[in-house]
Amino acid sequence: MSEIPTELRYLSSHEWVRLEDGVATVGITAHAQEAMGDLVYVETPEVGTTLAAGDEAGVVESVKAASDIYTPVAGEVIEVNADLEDAPETVNTDPYGAGWMFKIQVADAAELENTLTADEYQAQIEDE
Amino acid sequence: MANRTALYDSHLQAGAKMVDFGGWDMPINYGSQIEEHNTVRTDAGMFDVSHMTVVDVSGPGSQAYLQYLLANDVAKLKTPGKALYTGMLNEDGGVIDDLIVYNMEGWYRVVVNCATREKDLAWMNAQSAGHDVTITERPDFSMIAVQGPNAIAKTCAVVGEPKAAVIQSLSVFQGLPAQDWFIARTGYTGEDGLEIMVPNEQAPGFWQQLVEGGVAPCGLGARDTLRLEAGMNLYGSDMDETVSPLCAGMGWTIAWSPEDRVFIGRKALEQQKADGAAFKQVGLVLETRGVLRGHQKVSVLNVGEGEITSGTFSPTLGYSIALARVPVATADSAQVEIRGKLHEVKVVKPPFVRNGKQVF
Repeated sequence: MSEIPTELRYLSSHEWVRLEDGVATVGITAHAQEAMGDLVYVETPEVGTTLAAGDEAGVVESVKAASDIYTPVAGEVIEVNADLEDAPETVNTDPYGAGWMFKIQVADAAELENTLTADEYQAQIEDE
Repeated sequence: MANRTALYDSHLQAGAKMVDFGGWDMPINYGSQIEEHNTVRTDAGMFDVSHMTVVDVSGPGSQAYLQYLLANDVAKLKTPGKALYTGMLNEDGGVIDDLIVYNMEGWYRVVVNCATREKDLAWMNAQSAGHDVTITERPDFSMIAVQGPNAIAKTCAVVGEPKAAVIQSLSVFQGLPAQDWFIARTGYTGEDGLEIMVPNEQAPGFWQQLVEGGVAPCGLGARDTLRLEAGMNLYGSDMDETVSPLCAGMGWTIAWSPEDRVFIGRKALEQQKADGAAFKQVGLVLETRGVLRGHQKVSVLNVGEGEITSGTFSPTLGYSIALARVPVATADSAQVEIRGKLHEVKVVKPPFVRNGKQVF
């Protein structure tokens, strides 16, 4: 069973989000990277873009397939993980750490209430 | 329940991630597809390909029958064990399947795909009317492909002297019996290596010997990236019953001479040749970021449009490659639409990689 840190929140589309000081960091879950296999390409959003919750924010491609990344919360993209450009495999090796994808200055932290808890996400992937 | 090969438990033991493949439970990878791919390019890896269909064609009419059934000509196979690659076509010249046929001296061994098994056997039986042949499927065989620059040496080290001697004697694209095994110097990776048929009950033991001999288990994921780098077609993606071999990079597999050899699809192909085929198969290379995938649209300025038939990230080259069917007038550049954006690609002649090296 893949790791699902309890302090994070999740989307059913397999993104995780960590909120710290009004900034949300977003990546994909251990389960998602396992299902996709070796990642070869990560497309992050442009810094300065304003996104609404649920908007497409990027794409991850593995040897096998491409998958869109959605943002769990609205706000402005303030930083992206440029290291993934040359080392997309970091998402496979450290999905919740060095494999993070982008940071958003959160407009409304209450939106996080609409995301899944670790238990809820766990239950969802068990149903898959 | 899906079909399982004799090596099913061996795969689970090796930590395989299993997927459904043409009705079979097969390993997609054992951890990292890219590592498996690189192992085959630099050392030795092995694939369970027991899901493929082995069919023996025997009887006094077997040569004449296969000369009629196949676009390539088995009469070219003069040396014992020599093999050829060919399409089995329908009357319209569409590809029912691609296959390898081995000359077994008086009879032939044919290896066809797994997902096409039923229609192939039905077609082969239907076309055998009037030919004195016996068509026998061989589900008693498992097949293990050992591939890579060290594949032959590592296999010889574990099979014992009599079989090793047979392996050492094989030329490329030749397969010979070795005791109750059948060993061929063929593959689907662009590397040197072997495809070995062993009785099912011996398969797990042989697999284990290979593991202990330093041959890495590799899944169907790596098999696909390896064959695509090698510029080899995948049936159902790069061609099917609606596609002519002339438009799928298989022109070299059609034996036009002798001119009086009648084979199924010949008339249609001759007509296509006379009219000029509208499409051809090419390789595409995307050196910038992004991954080419099957069914993406290919646009060629002032020429027309085509489609990617197989695309992937190439672990050996570090960027994306594809096989595509494009208008014949396509020159050396094109554009591919990925998620609504156009990307410039180079048009090249496949293969992309042979024996570990870039070749285009």
